[in-house]
Amino acid sequence: MKRFPVLLVLVLAVLPSSAQMKLNGAGATFPYPIYSKWFSQYHQQHPDIEINYQSIGSGGGIRQVTAGTVDFGASDGPMTDQQLKDAKLKIIHLPTVLGAVVPAYNIPGIKGELRFTSDILAGIYLGKITSWNDSAIARVNSGVSLPNQPIVVVHRSDGSGTTYIWTDYLSKVSSDWNSQIGKGTSVRWPVGLGAKGNEGVAGMIRQMDGAFGYIELIYALSNNIAFGSVKNAAGDFVKATLESTTAAAASVKAMPPDFRVSITNAPGKNAYPISSFTWLLIPADWKDKSKEKVMVDFLNWMLDEGQTMTSQLNYAPLPEAVKEKEHDAIKTIR
Amino acid sequence: MGAAPEKHLSLQDPQAPGLGGGRRSRQTMDTSESKLSLVTKAEKVPAWHRSGLNLDFGFHGLLLAAALAVLGIVALIVAELIVRSTLAWQKFGLHFLAGSEWDPVSGMFGALPFIYGTLVSSVIALVIAVPLAVSVAVFVTEMCPKLLRKPIAYATELLAAIPSVIYGLWAIFVLVPILRVYVDAWLRRYFAWTGLFSGPAYGVGMLAAGTVLAIMIIPIISSITREVLAAVPQHQREAALALGATRWEMIRVAVLRNARAGITGAVILGLGRALGETMAVTMVIGNRPEIARSLFAPGYTMASVIANEFAEAADDLYLSALMEVGLALFLVTIVVNILARLMIWTVTRGLPVRAHAQ
Repeated sequence: MKRFPVLLVLVLAVLPSSAQMKLNGAGATFPYPIYSKWFSQYHQQHPDIEINYQSIGSGGGIRQVTAGTVDFGASDGPMTDQQLKDAKLKIIHLPTVLGAVVPAYNIPGIKGELRFTSDILAGIYLGKITSWNDSAIARVNSGVSLPNQPIVVVHRSDGSGTTYIWTDYLSKVSSDWNSQIGKGTSVRWPVGLGAKGNEGVAGMIRQMDGAFGYIELIYALSNNIAFGSVKNAAGDFVKATLESTTAAAASVKAMPPDFRVSITNAPGKNAYPISSFTWLLIPADWKDKSKEKVMVDFLNWMLDEGQTMTSQLNYAPLPEAVKEKEHDAIKTIR
Repeated sequence: MGAAPEKHLSLQDPQAPGLGGGRRSRQTMDTSESKLSLVTKAEKVPAWHRSGLNLDFGFHGLLLAAALAVLGIVALIVAELIVRSTLAWQKFGLHFLAGSEWDPVSGMFGALPFIYGTLVSSVIALVIAVPLAVSVAVFVTEMCPKLLRKPIAYATELLAAIPSVIYGLWAIFVLVPILRVYVDAWLRRYFAWTGLFSGPAYGVGMLAAGTVLAIMIIPIISSITREVLAAVPQHQREAALALGATRWEMIRVAVLRNARAGITGAVILGLGRALGETMAVTMVIGNRPEIARSLFAPGYTMASVIANEFAEAADDLYLSALMEVGLALFLVTIVVNILARLMIWTVTRGLPVRAHAQ
């Protein structure tokens, strides 16, 4: 028994040395599964480096990184010009993976896949299209016998990057939506019920006849939830897949140097129109040079090795052109 | 007039009978014994211990500090909420409490629908929970066979231990479909004339939130009520029965009437929990900031909007508005508590002394 305290001291002395370098990050919840996989893989390859990430939400991530309480942040929506101006330090946006948001529905008697246009989606969420047999829906779904069933609109009640992508898309395709509602992680919904999380929205859709809502592609794929295809800017009906999401990112013609770009309603022929990057927010200037070195090394690793792990978790990987641009941008971190 | 004699009886010290008194006397014996032993060993212990004065003083100080800490924490919370919400109340003033527009995109914030939702869902919860909880308590203390008493009491208390997210999930998958398919249609058929049950029946909405809240506050109300009923002296019941009261009359006159202050206290505690409950409510209330007469319509509560939107709120005015919702929740809770206390006071004012046993 006398040895026990000695052992304890030994263990405590050894433990911290197993991770000499610690980086702390906080932010978006949407990429959390892939981030935690990356950080644990990276830790396995570099046992002396530990990266902690807390998924506290994009808003929290932006606040904490600009206040300097964490080493890096993460967000599902890019920071606004105002936010960048107010921040104490210069922040670089780096896209990590892509997400997509899909329209899901539950109409009794309809098993096949429905097709949606931007007018239908905006019309339903503005409360102008209220029944499933509306002529706008029937026109693009010829051959499907749509019931005279009221549409029960479901949206996210919690502030969410998913809502940001969805409303960003609606703002681009509908001038009414843009002027009356706008885009954001929470908006003033004209109609519908709010449900918490993807699971809440999916649960409500499953339960209620005639329900219609939007959920993350990842959630729909991993839970086998049927969803419809959406007509893109090129005029084709595209179903969300990892490939069509990456295609949306690849088809953006003018990628700005700071990567703050919305890729909803992207022009590509195969592009799924309701897609978005998610970003890491990295300070441009580091006082602690050893930390900076680790951060840069991780970012490069994430772009090369990290990207190969995305598909297992149903995240769409970055297109090649974006990766190369990011490698260049990482070089500016000092 | 039958009530008068019991009232008179009740003037006696409620703590007097039987066991309690006996236990007390044993305690005093114990302490006197230990005092004795202290005195015999007095020469060996240090002076400060002998007198016990410093120890006593220190203990007093410790307890005082603990008591003051509670006050301090409340003051800190209020101060922090006021400071952090400055931006919002400077911009909107009283309109924040009276306005019903909540638009984070354009920066317009009014909290009235949330205040309304919090109050209405809590009232629905009380309407359902109080009769049920009091009935359970009366049954357990007055009529339950001894064998069943413990299991029923235990089961009600077990309800209090279930995390609220579990209640929420259960409500989404079990309660809401039941409400939508059976209860909504029934209410609509018989109570449509009240105007409270109209519009599309989604299942989720104010009624679902109130119902799940009711289930959550039943244990706290019923277990406190049970304790209160058990404290009603046995001779009150015997006196009522001796005067020829039936069992129901005995319970009504001798038990419930004597315990009503305590029962009201239990209801207030339940109400407190209902006002602040977040997770289960937000999962079934529909999260729509609007004020509708129909209980089928979706609503929103103050606690829910904070929980839903705080994590993703990035700009200062938005955060500040959410903080002010927190402040409003704090104020509403205080006001409701004061009103409830006033209610107890008016209820018990005309009663003889013992009703104030609390």
